[in-house]
Amino acid sequence: MSAILDNFWSLLALKILLITGVMMTVSLVIIFAELKISAHMQSRVGPYFAGGRYGWAQPLADGLKFIQKEDLVPADADRPVFKFAPMVVLAGTLAVFVIVPFSPDLVVRNLDLGVFYALAAGSIGTVGVLMAGWSSANKYSLMGGLRAAAQLIAYELPLVLAVVGVVIQAGTMSMVGIVEAQAAPVFHLGDTAISLPYIFQGQFIGFIIFMIAALAELNRTPFDMPIAESELVMGYLTEYSGIRFTMFFLGEYAGIFAMSAIASTLFLGGYYFPGLDSATFGPLVLMGKVGLLVFLIIWLRWTLPRLREDQLQSFAWKWLIPLALVNIAVTATFKVVF
Amino acid sequence: MATRSVPGLGIVKGMRLTLKTLFTKTSTIHYPLEKEVPVPRARGVIALDADACTVCMLCARECPDWCIYIEGHKEMQPPSKEGGRPRSRATLDRFDLDYALCMYCGICVEVCPFDALFWSPEYEYSEMNITSMLHDQERLGVWLETVPDPPALES
Amino acid sequence: MTTADRQTLSMHHSEVQVSVELQTPDMTLNLGPQHPSTHGVLRLVARVDGEVIKELEPVVGYMHRGYEKLAEVRTYPQITALVNRIDWVSGFANEIPFMVATERLMDIEVPERAQYIRLILTEMARISNHLVFLSSLPLELGAATPLMHALRERERVLDLIEGVTGGRFHPNFNRIGGVKPAAAAGATQKKVVQDLPQGFVEQTKSAMEYVREVCADMVNLVLGNEIFMQRTKGVGVIPADKALAFGVSGPNLRASGVPFDLRKTDDYLPYSNFDFDVVTGSNGDCFDRYAVRLEEVVQASRIVDQAVSEIPAGDLQAKVPRIIKVPKGEIYVRAENPKGEMGYYIVSEGGRGPYRLKIRTASFSNLSVLSWLLKGQLVPDLIAILGSLDFVLGDVDR
Repeated sequence: MSAILDNFWSLLALKILLITGVMMTVSLVIIFAELKISAHMQSRVGPYFAGGRYGWAQPLADGLKFIQKEDLVPADADRPVFKFAPMVVLAGTLAVFVIVPFSPDLVVRNLDLGVFYALAAGSIGTVGVLMAGWSSANKYSLMGGLRAAAQLIAYELPLVLAVVGVVIQAGTMSMVGIVEAQAAPVFHLGDTAISLPYIFQGQFIGFIIFMIAALAELNRTPFDMPIAESELVMGYLTEYSGIRFTMFFLGEYAGIFAMSAIASTLFLGGYYFPGLDSATFGPLVLMGKVGLLVFLIIWLRWTLPRLREDQLQSFAWKWLIPLALVNIAVTATFKVVF
Repeated sequence: MATRSVPGLGIVKGMRLTLKTLFTKTSTIHYPLEKEVPVPRARGVIALDADACTVCMLCARECPDWCIYIEGHKEMQPPSKEGGRPRSRATLDRFDLDYALCMYCGICVEVCPFDALFWSPEYEYSEMNITSMLHDQERLGVWLETVPDPPALES
Repeated sequence: MTTADRQTLSMHHSEVQVSVELQTPDMTLNLGPQHPSTHGVLRLVARVDGEVIKELEPVVGYMHRGYEKLAEVRTYPQITALVNRIDWVSGFANEIPFMVATERLMDIEVPERAQYIRLILTEMARISNHLVFLSSLPLELGAATPLMHALRERERVLDLIEGVTGGRFHPNFNRIGGVKPAAAAGATQKKVVQDLPQGFVEQTKSAMEYVREVCADMVNLVLGNEIFMQRTKGVGVIPADKALAFGVSGPNLRASGVPFDLRKTDDYLPYSNFDFDVVTGSNGDCFDRYAVRLEEVVQASRIVDQAVSEIPAGDLQAKVPRIIKVPKGEIYVRAENPKGEMGYYIVSEGGRGPYRLKIRTASFSNLSVLSWLLKGQLVPDLIAILGSLDFVLGDVDR
C-alpha cells in the first residue's frame, strides 16, 4: 500500500481518479439541486419519478441518455477542433480542483501561487468555448463563441483584481495560507479569540465583484449571453450532442463548484469554522459554504433575465474594474497603515 | 410604474419572490397518480347512443372536417297494427368517428335532433397508432356511461 | 459621419474611397422558421454586421392554413368553429367580430345576457392572452420563472372558460344570435341550456383576485427589475406617427401614446356600461408595451368584476332560423382583440356561407413594422422587440 502511495506516478493517478470521481459526483448533485430548486421556485415539482424518491436519479438518467445518443459532427465542422473543444472545457475546470483545500492536508497540491494558478486554469475553459463556437460551422455557434471570448476578456480582469485585495490582506497566494490567515484571530473578546473571514474584514466589495465576475466566467444568467437559448438557439452548444454535450454540461456545473470553492476559500474562510477541528470537519465545512454559494448562483439564475452583451461590457469596464481598483487601493492603504 | 430607487432593489424584490415560492406548496398535479377532475361540460370525447340514432346524417354533413362516417340501411319492421302496412326503419350499420381528424368543435352534438350524441369529459384515449384513433360504434357506445349530468346553473 | 453620408460621399468620389472602418463582409443570418423565439414559424432574413442588423426581411406564410378560402365552402356555424383557431392564445375573442358581423347582416338583436356573457369571456380571453405575453417576454430575455408564475394563474382563467364553454382554448361558444343555446329540436334532459354554471360568479371574482395578485408579482419580478429595464427601456421605440402609419393597433399602439381603443369607440359589445381606463404608454418602447399590457390585465379584471355582478337575467339566444342564410350584402366589423384590431369583412350572396371572407388580423399588421423597426438594432434587441410585439403566427398567416 505504502509502495503505491510512495510512487509519485501511482499517487498522481490515484489523485486524478479521486478528483474526477468527486467532481462528477458533485456536478450531478448540483445539477439535481438546480432541477429541484428551479422547479420549486416556479411552483413545479421537478424530477419526481426517477430513482424512486424525489427523482434523485434524474441527472444520472439524463447522463445515460446523452451517452447513448449519436455523437454528431456537422459536415462542415473543423473535426479535430470540434471534437477536442469539450475536453478542453472539462480539463480546464478539472485543473482548478488541484489547489482547492478541503482541509489543511486534504489538498492535491498546495501551490505557493495557488490563487494565480486557479484563475489561470479557470480561464482555459473559455478557450474551449471559443474552439467550439468556431469549429461548429454554425453562425449561432460562432456568435456565441465570440461573445464568450469578449466576456472572458472583460471579466477576467475584475476577477483577478477582486482577488488581489485578499492576497494583499493575507500576504500569501497559497490557498491554504489564505485560509490559515483567516483562521488567525482578529481581536480578542475577553478570553475568546475572534477570527473573521475576509468577507467581514473589509473584503465585502471584493466578494461581490468576485461573484459577479465568476457568474460571467461561468456563463450563468444574468450573463449567459454565449448560450442565450432565445437568441442564439444554444450558442456554442448548438451543434453538440451525445457525450460531448454531456462533457460541456458537466464542465459547466463542475465550474460552478470550482468557482464557489475558490470564493468560499478566499472570502468565507474555506474549511475553517470557529470551534470545529479543520482536519476532520474541514471538508464538510467547505461543502456547506460551497452549498450556500451554489444556491445563490441557482437562485440568481431563476430570478433574473439576461443582460445584453454591450451592457455587460460597460458594466465590467465602467463599474467593476474601477471598483476593484479602489478596493485594492483601500486594502493596501489599510495594510500599510495598520 | 416603477420609479428610480435604490439600485438593485428591484432585483432583491424579485429574489424575495422566488425564495417565497420555493417554500410554498407547488401547484403540480401528479398526473398518472392523481387526476384532475374535468368540468362536466369539458369536451373530452363524444359518446354515441346508437339506439337513438336514426341515420339522418346531419352530424356527418355538418362536421367541418368530415370526420364522421355513417352507413345504414332500411329495414322493414312488422306493422304496428294487425293488417297495417309494414314500416321501414333506418338501421345503423357503421358509425365511425376519427378522433385524429376531429377538432372538438361539438357541432355534431349540437345538430343531432334525436339526442344520440353527447359530450363526455373523459380524456384518456391516446393511442400509439393513428389508425386506432378511429372509434367505432361500440367504442363510442362505451363512452356513453361516462356522460355526466349537466351542471347546475347560476341562478 | 453617418452611413448615409458616407455612401453619398463614396458615390461622388468612387476612385478615392476612404474607408474609416475595417470593412468586414456582412453575414446573412436566417432566424427561423425554426427558432426558439419566433413564436412559431416566423422567418427573419437578417443581414448582420457582427451583432448589428443592417437589414431585415420578415418572411411569413409558413403557417398559412387558408381560412379565408376555406370559409367560402363552409357554412356560418362551421366557420365559428374555425375562426377561434386563428389566434389560439385568445380563442374566444376571435369569434366575436365574426358573430357581430353576421348578426348585423341578418339584422338580429342579441339578448343582453348573451352579450354580457360574450363580454365576460372576451375579457377573460384578453387576460389569458396577456398573461402569456407577460410571461413570454421575460422568457425571451432569459428569465424563465415569470412564465410559470403567470401560466399558473392563467390556468384559473382557462378553467373558468372551460367551465362555461367546454373548451379551454377553442370555446366555439358563440352562436349566431347569442351564445350556445339549447340543442336542436327534440332536446331532452342532457342538453339543457348552456347558461353559466353554478358558482361561476364567485369563482370568477376569486380568480380575478389571483390575477391581480400575479400582476403585482410581475411588477416585482419583471417590471421593477433593473436588468429588465436595461434590456427594454428605449429599445424598439415606435413613435406614434410611425405606429399609425404602419397600421399598428392594440396595446402596441397604445404603448406609443395613442389612446385608441375600439372598446371605447365601437359598440360591438356593451363596453359602455362599464368603467375602465384606456391604458397608454408614453415612449412606445418595449418597456411601455410590457407595462401597458400589465395594466390592461388589471383593467380587464375590473371589467369582468363589474360584468359578473351586473349580469342581467334573460334569454341566451335571439330567435334565429334553423338553417342560417345571410341576406345579400357586405359588412366590416372590427373589434378590440387582445392583440389589436381584428376585423371580418363578409361578402354575402345570400347563401349558407359567405361568398368571400376577409380577415384582418392584428398580428399581421403589427408585424409590418418589423423591417423598419429592426434596422440598426442588435440581435439581442431583436429578440426583445419580437417578444414585445406579441404576435402569434396563426394570427399572422391565418
